[in-house]
Amino acid sequence: MDYLNNIDLDSIKIIDKSEYPTKGIKKDKVTNDIDNLFKELNIHDGAVVSFHHHLRNGDSVTNLIMKHIQKLGIKDITLVASSLFPTNKELIPLLKDGTIKNIVTSYISGELGEAISQGELKGYIIMQSHGGRARSILNGEIEIDVAFIASPSSDNKGNISGVNGINSCGTLGYAIADSMMAKKVVAVTDSLVEYPNYPADITEDYVDHILLVDSIGLKSGIVSGTTMITKDPIGLKIAKDTLKVMEASGLLKDGFSFQSGAGGISLAVTSFLREYMIENNLKGSFASGGITGYLTDMLEEGLFDALFDVQCFDLQAIESLKKNPNHLRMSASQYGNPEVSTVVDNLDIVILGATEIDTNFNVNVTTGSHGMLMGGSGGHQDTAAGSKLSIIVSKLFSSRIPLIKDRVDVITTPGSTVDVLVTERGICVNPLRQDLIEKFKEAKLNVVDINELKAYSEKIMGVAKPIEKTERVIGFSEYRDGRIIDYIYEVKR
Amino acid sequence: MHETKITKMAKAGSVESNDILVMISPGEGKIDLEIESVVYNQYGDDIRKTILDTLQEEGVTDAKVIVKDKGALDFTIRARVKACVKRGSEQDEL
Amino acid sequence: MSYKTLLFMPGNNPGMLQSSDILGADGIIIDLEDAVALTEKDAARILVCEYLNTFEPQSDIFIRVNPLDTPFFYKDLEAIKNLNITGIVLPKVSVESMEALDKYLTENNLDFKVIGLVETALGLEMAMDILSRSKKVIGVLLGAEDLTLDLGAKRTKESEEIAYARSRIIAVSKALQIEAIDTPWTDTDDYEGLRKDALNAKELGMTGKALISPRHVDIVNKVFAPSEEEIKHALRVVEGVKAANEKGLGAFSLDGKMVDAPIIKRALNLLKMSGDYKEEYDGLLK
Repeated sequence: MDYLNNIDLDSIKIIDKSEYPTKGIKKDKVTNDIDNLFKELNIHDGAVVSFHHHLRNGDSVTNLIMKHIQKLGIKDITLVASSLFPTNKELIPLLKDGTIKNIVTSYISGELGEAISQGELKGYIIMQSHGGRARSILNGEIEIDVAFIASPSSDNKGNISGVNGINSCGTLGYAIADSMMAKKVVAVTDSLVEYPNYPADITEDYVDHILLVDSIGLKSGIVSGTTMITKDPIGLKIAKDTLKVMEASGLLKDGFSFQSGAGGISLAVTSFLREYMIENNLKGSFASGGITGYLTDMLEEGLFDALFDVQCFDLQAIESLKKNPNHLRMSASQYGNPEVSTVVDNLDIVILGATEIDTNFNVNVTTGSHGMLMGGSGGHQDTAAGSKLSIIVSKLFSSRIPLIKDRVDVITTPGSTVDVLVTERGICVNPLRQDLIEKFKEAKLNVVDINELKAYSEKIMGVAKPIEKTERVIGFSEYRDGRIIDYIYEVKR
Repeated sequence: MHETKITKMAKAGSVESNDILVMISPGEGKIDLEIESVVYNQYGDDIRKTILDTLQEEGVTDAKVIVKDKGALDFTIRARVKACVKRGSEQDEL
Repeated sequence: MSYKTLLFMPGNNPGMLQSSDILGADGIIIDLEDAVALTEKDAARILVCEYLNTFEPQSDIFIRVNPLDTPFFYKDLEAIKNLNITGIVLPKVSVESMEALDKYLTENNLDFKVIGLVETALGLEMAMDILSRSKKVIGVLLGAEDLTLDLGAKRTKESEEIAYARSRIIAVSKALQIEAIDTPWTDTDDYEGLRKDALNAKELGMTGKALISPRHVDIVNKVFAPSEEEIKHALRVVEGVKAANEKGLGAFSLDGKMVDAPIIKRALNLLKMSGDYKEEYDGLLK
């Protein structure tokens, strides 16, 4: 505290009685006048604006705000959106007219991603992990001018809750860093509720403005009903073998922790794990990540002590978050920011997907089989790095789309953090994990060399022609610590 | 070597995942092949070769062939082409 | 080898065929009959041949051909005669069809095994006779859906309407020393019902069960697999027999019970089913 160490008594001025404060009425934060609000925000060319994706494909806030920016003629915006969905195809014209210059995101799907892959973006796209995004915002690497926070509910002071309101989405874990660090924070809501709005995911002290709009989104696109476990026998076979891998690893014991995605095979693993835990009287510590009804059921059955929830995937998860004190909100930073202590570092086992994997176990979930942006790390990098055992589950044969390659199109997650691949035709273990190879062989699992599995798959399917790319770099796959792990190239049209 | 004449329009297979729909009709003096495939970028050339080889094995030199592929493996492509040729021809051993 | 699970796979579905052998069933029955539409019989035949000529499936493969009284019976046999398969499932068995199949296999010098599918009242009542007509028969499969139709019985989950058929099939199978394979469970989502049904069949004496859903494989394998305790006991019986033979004893007792031929036979069958059978046991049952 320099202030106290170098105090200069002469320079201190005591408040004069005439200047004593009055009991002030703070200015009204709420407006429904977007034009006036933007005058006040004074967004300039080249500004950085951010959004979160808790409303997923139901979100209409990102399109609404960006189109208003376009209308105002502001150019060269860097769009920092935690994820982008098919609904954001409405932003394609904004790439072409130069409203949007750069994009920073953790996941992108739909036509917007295809347009970017075809070279429509003037600047670059940076693909981050969820934890990497929180890191880059909190450490000031990315400076956000205005964060627009789609808010299922807010009171007139800006206490934002994700569980109240007609478009409730549950936790707001991906928006926390934005709300803390952005120069200006705007809560965009269609549900203004009585003060105080609680439980608040983001509190009023972080919120500068509240923009009232007709609708922030479409419920049907925000959450699904009940996500169904796959009925595909091949997917189920992979899930069953994955459970055997987990068992053989020795990590399935009281107090273990677990994360899996909401994909069909991952959900099936969760479901088989539940049966296994009941049968073996096993009690876990926590499950984390995006939360589904399957996990909240397990919480209620006492199979886990707690859930760390960064994103609710279905209505049941939102209901559980509301009422169960052991269902915990988790910010993206607490989830996976590599510069601080995080949940992923306490994770025993994670189940992850892959679009492609190479013989060095590098995984691509960023681009699809046509080489276009169709995905992104999300928590993939973070959980693979943090967990004791990272398991990739994928079909080897899925309508002749090759899984194992010599080199993946784009490296999302480095093979040095990927431990096991489970397919319907065998289990591959990263040679870095000799300890696992021995355990799996002892358990008589069908362990195969990834090169042999690749050769087998090519014998059946043929060798796929490489995806044609131009020389032009359109973006970067960023590792969670901020270093670049791979280039992303424009595809040939 | 036998020659198979395609005399009528026929189809075989389906547009289910992992299958291929093959349609054949009398040609105009040569093989005229049109391919639509979900994996055209990766396997278009392989698919073309498999179809042409199978047609040759079956003795077909004159036909219009249209396929819609949903990621069928080679064994399925061969089977569907053979079935389609059989349905569209009256085979004459030469 | 005894088939705890025999999984039906539709013959005209490439996606299912190409993954059929990794689903954990002891054997696969590729179906050319009910699962293939009348207009697709030709395409299915070609597809199955291409599949089996390309892949080397890790499971035993049977093919269910169309019945003798259809125009497809001989076409099916002609198509599959050069394939590397374990055997044939013959639907709607009758004296005529079994003799026709046996004649075809013999004339073509084919070493296929045969499983007879009993699914008519006449077939059930004449099962002993029919199944004796070919030395190639290794098993009998009960087809309860068609059978109950023929009987005018209502098909229920409790399956009391097929209690007689099950017992009759089992008696015939034991008399002929062939496998008795139970009818499939048709409610794909009712796993608890399946487990009970399979257990019921096992306790009556069935040695395995046919399945129509890959999701049923694990449950049925588990039901028909001998328990650890059963295996241990069987091994003790066998070891006891060996020791008794060495000492020149005709009979001996285990846990205070006389071990006689039926007990030894049961133990040997169980070890065959569990995969713990060794060649040296061959001579034990004299």
